[in-house]
Amino acid sequence: MKYSAWQLLRGALSGQRHWPQAWRDASPKSRYDIIIVGGGGHGLASAYYLAKNHGITNVAVLERGWIGGGNTGRNTSIVRSNYLFPESARLYDFSLQLYEGLSQALNFNIMLSQRGLVMLAHSRHDLDAMSRWANAMRMNGIAAEILTRDEVGALAPALDLSPQARLPVLGGFAQRRAGTARHDAVAWGYARAASALGVDIIQNCEVVDFIKERGRVVGVNTSRGRIEAERVGIAAAGHSSVLAKLAGFRLPVTSYALQAMVSEPIKPVLDTVILSPGTGAYVSQSDKGEIVMGAMLDLFPSYAQRGSFAVKQAIIAATLELFPCFSRLNLMRQWAGIVDVVHDSSPIIGATPIPNLFINCGWGTGGFKAIPVGGWTLAHVLATGQNHPLAEAFQLERFVTGRLVDEAAASGIAH
Amino acid sequence: MLQIPCIHCGLRDESEFSCGGTSHMTRPGLEQSDQVWGEYLFFRDNPKGLHGERWRHSQGCGQWFNLVRNTVTHAIESVYAITDPPP
Repeated sequence: MKYSAWQLLRGALSGQRHWPQAWRDASPKSRYDIIIVGGGGHGLASAYYLAKNHGITNVAVLERGWIGGGNTGRNTSIVRSNYLFPESARLYDFSLQLYEGLSQALNFNIMLSQRGLVMLAHSRHDLDAMSRWANAMRMNGIAAEILTRDEVGALAPALDLSPQARLPVLGGFAQRRAGTARHDAVAWGYARAASALGVDIIQNCEVVDFIKERGRVVGVNTSRGRIEAERVGIAAAGHSSVLAKLAGFRLPVTSYALQAMVSEPIKPVLDTVILSPGTGAYVSQSDKGEIVMGAMLDLFPSYAQRGSFAVKQAIIAATLELFPCFSRLNLMRQWAGIVDVVHDSSPIIGATPIPNLFINCGWGTGGFKAIPVGGWTLAHVLATGQNHPLAEAFQLERFVTGRLVDEAAASGIAH
Repeated sequence: MLQIPCIHCGLRDESEFSCGGTSHMTRPGLEQSDQVWGEYLFFRDNPKGLHGERWRHSQGCGQWFNLVRNTVTHAIESVYAITDPPP
């Protein structure tokens, strides 16, 4: 069923009881053309673009838990493309462009809200670094505006802009096209659209081994039986190393917990996204009114999906220095996702050392914004065997050749 | 908050420490290939389970030591000196 105003109106007369299931909860067949391991945003998007862009619909998405229950449901739902290097700028801006058309393309309201992102400068050095950064974005064709302190204040009046502030705001820059999107809607939108094109979405199906013949992957053994495939793609974020080990190779990835939290909902007070690289604070207000706070990694390897109290305290302290007016809010929920951090904080999208096995990983703390392009480029290499031009710079070989795309210092959060 | 047993100072809060990554990595010789150096610099086992790792009591005695810690439960299985072999 195509979602439309007409369908809503029709439902109004029948108690809104006519809505069908959004996507099929499929059972595994014995064989597919392509299997995607991981039913988060990247995996579901990969399946959708395989069907949509390449006409390959005999595809299964295998999810260990439930779709969108991993990092897709454990982020701060911010989308932006304020990266420094041309390779990253192209990649992430294409992702943002896909997000801009995604509600229409999927016929599912992903609630994209391009409320802008403001990076704060707290020192003269920050001001210089941000001018360089904003200018690099412009050189890459992505609009960025350098802001004075007063201009920052006009965009976010709740900030403590007084000269006595412990973290004085001296200025910053804005990317107006950045914003937020509804994370569950992104997962469900891709799932519904992929399912409608014939993709099988299979939940509670954990891959326990890769089946190989003469060194090539020909399928997977799962908790729901053996499934064969021509090609297999992995999109498993923080669990990429676990799957790589099953397949017999290693990745340049370390898994860390990245936590975030929301306060109780309050009336609208902050209509942009605030990022303070100096403190690691990452603050926005959700459509429901909660203050969403994200920040730095818990800096030790973890698969625990829960954050450390020490880091939580640091996140809240940093947020309250910027917004003293939030000090009386109660925290409502907190969560942590296990993110796949790579040395240069850039992704890996392409072949693995094992023939027929491809991977999309290494997004680290920034996977949500990259869901559309991650799916688009993994689908491309799975369908054609050739790297997508946008993914050419993001191959596993770069960790041997040394040609890193070092966004580690440039992507906005210290990690 | 993790409680980490520094071999010199005893049990202290996690916030006094910094994690220095995987223990017992052997630096390859300069004559080794790019492949070997790439493996050494970037590629890791990144296990889900027991992980041998170096920690530094950076806000305390400043000394390095080794831990074996479970990356799922965060339970610390053993603590030993930086120069000791893995248990």
